[in-house]
Amino acid sequence: MAVAVGVVDPAPTVPVKRRRGAAWRQMSVKAKVGALILLLFVLVAIIGPYVAPYNPSAENIVTGAGAPSLAHLLGTTTFGQDVLSQLLVGIRATLILSLAVGVIATALSVVVGISAGFLGGWGDEGLSLLSNVFLVLPALPLLVVLLGYVPQRGDLTTIIVLGALGWPWGARVIRAQTLSLRNRDFVSAARETGDSSWRIIFFEILPNEVSLIAASFVSTVIYAIGTSVALAFLGLADENSWTLGTMLYWAQSQSALQANAWWWFVPPGLAVAFLAAGLVLLNFGIDELGNPRLRDAAGGSRIDGRRWRPADPTPVLHLAPQGGRSSGGLLRSFSRRSVTEQAGRAR
Amino acid sequence: MQFIVRRIVFYLVAAWAALTVNFFIPRLMPGNPAEVLFQKFPSLQPGALKSLEAEFGIGHAGSLVHQYFSYLDNIFHGNLGLSVIEYPAHVSTIIGETLPWTLTLVGTATVISFTLGTGLGILAAWRRGGWFDRILPALSFLQGVPYFFLALLLVDAVAIHLHWFPIQQGYSEGLVPGWHWPFIQSALYHSVLPAFTIVLTSMAGWMLQMRNVMITTIGEDYVLAAQAKGLSSRRVVMTYAARNAILPNLSGFALSLGFVISGALIMEIVFSYPGIGLTLYNAVTSDDYPLMQGIFLIIALAVLIANFIADAVYVIADPRARARDAH
Repeated sequence: MAVAVGVVDPAPTVPVKRRRGAAWRQMSVKAKVGALILLLFVLVAIIGPYVAPYNPSAENIVTGAGAPSLAHLLGTTTFGQDVLSQLLVGIRATLILSLAVGVIATALSVVVGISAGFLGGWGDEGLSLLSNVFLVLPALPLLVVLLGYVPQRGDLTTIIVLGALGWPWGARVIRAQTLSLRNRDFVSAARETGDSSWRIIFFEILPNEVSLIAASFVSTVIYAIGTSVALAFLGLADENSWTLGTMLYWAQSQSALQANAWWWFVPPGLAVAFLAAGLVLLNFGIDELGNPRLRDAAGGSRIDGRRWRPADPTPVLHLAPQGGRSSGGLLRSFSRRSVTEQAGRAR
Repeated sequence: MQFIVRRIVFYLVAAWAALTVNFFIPRLMPGNPAEVLFQKFPSLQPGALKSLEAEFGIGHAGSLVHQYFSYLDNIFHGNLGLSVIEYPAHVSTIIGETLPWTLTLVGTATVISFTLGTGLGILAAWRRGGWFDRILPALSFLQGVPYFFLALLLVDAVAIHLHWFPIQQGYSEGLVPGWHWPFIQSALYHSVLPAFTIVLTSMAGWMLQMRNVMITTIGEDYVLAAQAKGLSSRRVVMTYAARNAILPNLSGFALSLGFVISGALIMEIVFSYPGIGLTLYNAVTSDDYPLMQGIFLIIALAVLIANFIADAVYVIADPRARARDAH
């Protein structure tokens, strides 16, 4: 804390036991909300297909498109399919697909990033060049063209193509971190004691990059959700498997909005938005763990009528006697406002 | 100078990579362009089909090395083959007609979004803990909404129900494109809603990044020193904090151009806007492989050029990039 420089506590004699749930309590509200949203989606993904009231593909020409009712809580499509069932099944498919892409792409970026950072020299030059080239090549047009050539489009194709193109950003960030870690004392010490490169990578470098890798994984999953939904919406996925993207594809191709069938179009879109927003919020939390300056105002404390955050400069409190000619002066509360106000008055 | 030379070399390598990827995609992917051609012209003799393949630039004659060099040769002469759907139009002609639409609309929207987002990010960082921090979660929600979903909802509300703006197309039917007022007016009118959707969805990203970097910069000692000197708030914010905080945003600008292009692609499909994205989509849905490849190549090169410009601006904005050249 920036508020007061207290006496440094003597080293605790009893080994500090990390209390359970400490990580949860440290998280900001934003990150908690994100984690809860994500948990909800994972829950739906696990039980969704079992609690779905209907077969998502079962058509019923007689019903046709119907507004939400007791029998169909989210209404039906023009084919008489139950929207809620499609949503419950689709969330699982979308989640599995994007997590798979996240795993593939993150694994690639860790391999490339750490090798580049650790090898240095020409290996680094080559791998950095490769990731930078992939970073500037526009991904979506490339994906569209690639999928345009594939005769049989399925979820697996989407996973492979998205995973193969989703690694460069993470690789760049991980490389930078590896470069900075490589020259730290503890790595040099490990090298001096004769540890092998593999041991250094897995026991010294990798553990220090866990939060970075986690953040990069979450970003990749966000990318996978957005891109896979967009590709499915464009009709570049298997339109007979239910994902949030194919739901939107069918809603759009059957002109759901023009027919005012909002219950068909809005739920899958909102589901995507909430899922992605949950992940973005979670990533805020991971960022804030690494960068205290970004932490919430809630982390500060109130002194002299003003809220101070951990990253603010150390406040100097009123010490001067009241009523003096220029009571403020240098000793006045050193808040930004007062400094600029005084500057204004002095002029 | 060394910095610039390094960047030029990088972009040359990147352009070569784009060309090479473009060359190998049709040769590695399982689809068969010749078959599509055969379906389109079923009555052709095999010999005639061969010559047609050659004309489209999809015939794979000779060794791979030979094909590769004739491919490069063709591209340097601006020969991207013929389009299948709009036979016998040249791919380069089609691109020439559609590219200006995309460049104008997406370019303008991106500049507006970047300027507005960065400005609001500066404000948000300076007034930290204020209104902006309270709507921050809402912004991340806006970032999560799929672009096309938001765009379609907007079209439904503003264009279909309120009739404020046209639903789709780049200009009113019956007008002849050209430099005359009725056409320009119509084109501007048609571009408002698509541009607005791009700005709306991409602004939040600039804003968040600027805010986060700016908050770190505000904590620096030189900003504190500037305040202590008694400089006006505006001066401290603009010339001390924002001037330095904008640098990561500038390099981020270069890297995010790929995403901008992706967004534009979907925007054009949603609005049936006569740009290069819609043409690419039509090419993919109707298996027009030469057109697909040509468009991918042009998009890739355009992104590279835009990146290069962003790099040049970076060199101007960041003295350190120039100082590195001095020694």
